[in-house]
Amino acid sequence: MINSILFILLWAGAIAFFAWNIKKISRNIKLGRDLEIKDNKKKRWGLVLKVAVGQSKMMRLPISGILHVLVYAGFILVNIEMLETMIDGVAGTHRILAPIFGFLYPIAVSSFEFFALFVMIGCIAFLIRRNVLKLDRFWKPEMKWWPRLDANLILIAEVILMTSIFFMNASDYILQTRGVAHYHEVGSFFLSSFFVPMLKNLPSETLILIERTCWWLHIVGIMIFLNYIPYSKHFHVFLSFFNVYYTKLEPVGKLANMSSITTEVKSMLSGEEPPMDENAEEVAFGAQDVKDLTWKHLMDAYTCTECGRCTSVCPANITGKKLSPRKVMMDIRDRLEITGKNLDKNGVDYSDDKTLFDSITAEELWACTTCNACTNACPVNIDQVSSILELRRYIVMEQAAAPGELNAIFSNIENNGAPWQFSQDDRMLWADELYINK
Amino acid sequence: MTEGKQKIEVPVMADLFAKGEKPEYLLWVGSAGAFDDRYKKVTRAFVKILTHLNISYAVLGVEESSSGDVARRAGNEMLFQMQAMMNIELLNSYEVKKILTCDPHAFNTFKNEYSEYDGNYEVLHHTQFLQQLIAEGKLKIESDLFKDKTLTYHDPCYLGRANDEYNAPREVLAAIPSKKVEMKRNKSNALCCGAGGGQMFKEAEKGDKEVFIERTEDALETNADIIVTACPYCMVMMTDGLKYKNKEEEIKNYDIAELIEQTLKL
Repeated sequence: MINSILFILLWAGAIAFFAWNIKKISRNIKLGRDLEIKDNKKKRWGLVLKVAVGQSKMMRLPISGILHVLVYAGFILVNIEMLETMIDGVAGTHRILAPIFGFLYPIAVSSFEFFALFVMIGCIAFLIRRNVLKLDRFWKPEMKWWPRLDANLILIAEVILMTSIFFMNASDYILQTRGVAHYHEVGSFFLSSFFVPMLKNLPSETLILIERTCWWLHIVGIMIFLNYIPYSKHFHVFLSFFNVYYTKLEPVGKLANMSSITTEVKSMLSGEEPPMDENAEEVAFGAQDVKDLTWKHLMDAYTCTECGRCTSVCPANITGKKLSPRKVMMDIRDRLEITGKNLDKNGVDYSDDKTLFDSITAEELWACTTCNACTNACPVNIDQVSSILELRRYIVMEQAAAPGELNAIFSNIENNGAPWQFSQDDRMLWADELYINK
Repeated sequence: MTEGKQKIEVPVMADLFAKGEKPEYLLWVGSAGAFDDRYKKVTRAFVKILTHLNISYAVLGVEESSSGDVARRAGNEMLFQMQAMMNIELLNSYEVKKILTCDPHAFNTFKNEYSEYDGNYEVLHHTQFLQQLIAEGKLKIESDLFKDKTLTYHDPCYLGRANDEYNAPREVLAAIPSKKVEMKRNKSNALCCGAGGGQMFKEAEKGDKEVFIERTEDALETNADIIVTACPYCMVMMTDGLKYKNKEEEIKNYDIAELIEQTLKL
C-alpha cells in the first residue's frame, strides 16, 4: 500500500516536472519570429515516417546508423513492458499480465530481454566509439566537458537500466521456484536464465532485495531519464519528430526571402514611397540574437543532438577552419536557454547586453561556402545554413561589417553588374572571333 | 586561319526583339562566363553546340547583369533583390520563358528564388539540356577522342545537393565513349570546391588547408586523366588545385560542354 502510494506520487512528480520543462522549452522556441508552415501535411507526415521514425538519414553512416537503430528500437520495445510495470506499481500486484497471456508471457518477456541486450550492445559500442576509439567528431573543440559527459551519462545510465532487467528477471525466477510468497510462477526467461547460476545460492531475502531494487531502479531510472532529457542533447528523442515535420520542403538551394526588403527595394526601383504600415514592427535585417531568428531556427537548435555529422562533412571544418555547424547550433541553443532564464528571472524588458555574436564569431560565419553538406548530413533535418545566413545578413546589412573583399564585390555588382571590376559594356567580348568548323 | 570555319554571330535579345523575333531560349552567360578567361571558353563551347544543333536562342549581351546569387549568399539581401528585380523586369520585357545557363548558381537562383519576385521561368542547366538532347537523339557522339581516357566528375553543390541533379551530367558523360571513375566523395556526399557563398572572392579563413586542395586530392586519388566540372567556380578551384599540385600538364580540367565541343570537333 505504501509502495503504491509512493509509486503514484513519484510518477505524478516526474510527469509534472517534465511538463513544466516542456512548457518552458516550447515558450523559448516561440520567442523566435513568426513563420507559417501549414502546407503539404501529407508530405510532411511522410517525411516524419521516413526520416524520424524510419531513421533513413542515420543510415548514411551505416555503423552508427545500425547501432542507433538497435538502441532506439530496442528502447521503445523494452518499454512496452512498462505498461505492466505501471499496473503492478499502482495496484501493488506482481506481473499481473502473466496469467492473462499464459504461455505467451515468458516468450514476450524473453523477447524484451533480447531488446534490452540490443540496447546494451549499442550503448557499449557507442561508449567505445566515443571514449576509446575517440572518433574525431566527438572530440571537436565545442565538445567540452559537459557535452561529452552528457553523452556518456545517458549511455551509462541505459546500460545500468538494461542490466537491472536481467538481474530482476533472474532473481524473480529463482524466487518463483522456491515458492516465495508474491512471486507466483510465470516461467523462465531466456537471457536472464544465464544469470541464475550467479544468484541461485543467495538467500531468498537477498534475492527479494535484488529483485525489488532492480524493479525500483528501472522505474526511477525511467523517471530520471524523462526529466534529464530536457536538459540534455537527448531532447532529440522528442523534438526530432517535430523538427522533421517542419522541414523546408523546397529545394535545398533556395534561401528564405526577406519580405521586408522586398517592399523597400520595390519602392526604391519605382521611386514611390513605401506603403506605411502602422502595425509594422521595427525588424532588424538578419539576426543578432535568438529573437531575430524564426521559431524553426530555434527548434533546430533544440533538436540538435550534437552528433557532429554536419561538422565532419563541412568543407571549412575539414580543412581546419573554425566553423563548425554543430557549434553554431549549440551556441544558439545555449543562448536561447540563457535568454529564457533571464526572462523568468528579470522579466521581458531585461537585456543582458549580450547577443549571439558573443559566442559565434564572424570568422566562423564567413568560412561557410553554403554548400549544404551539413543540412544534407543531418539525421534530423536541421538547416544550419539558414541560421548562418541570418547572422551574415545582420553583419552585412545592420553592422556594415562584411569582409573588405566582399564589400568590394558588392560595390562592383552595384556599379557594373558583376563581382569583378569589368565594364558592363564588355559583356559580349567573349563572343568575339568565334568560329565553328563547318 | 578561318578557312573551313564559319563565324558565329551570337544572337542578342534586343536585336531579335527589335526584328519581332522571339528565340526559344535565353542563354544566361553569367559574369564568370562573360569575364573569366577560363570560363569564357566554356561559354564559347556551349554556344558552338547550340549553333551546331540549330537551337533557337539569344543572350542579353551588355544588358545582362549579376544574378545576385553571390550577394545573397554573402548576406547582402538588399543588393540581391535589386539585381533580381532588375533582371526580372528585363527578362519579362523580352517575354523570356526558358533559360539556359552553364552556371549552377544562376540556375539555382533563377529556378528557385526569382519566383518570389514574379520571375517564373523554366530553367535548365546546360548539363540537363545536353542530356535531353542526347536522350531525344538530337545529339549523337561518335568519337574515340576520349576512348582511352578516364574521366571523373566533380558535383557542383548548387546542381547536386541544392537541386538534386546528379544524373544529367553523368548521363551526358555516359554518352561520351570513355572510362569513368567516381571520387570517394560523390553525389550528395561530394565535397564543395570551396568557392561558394562568396568564398571565391575573399581570402579563406585561417585553417590547415584550402578547400580546393582537399577536393583536388579527391580527384587525383582516382587517377583520372580528366576532371570534369559543370560550374564556373568549380572550374577555377580545380584549375588552381591542379596548378598547386603541379599536375596541370598531365591532368586536364574540362567543363562537360567542352568535352562535347571536342568530340563533335566544333
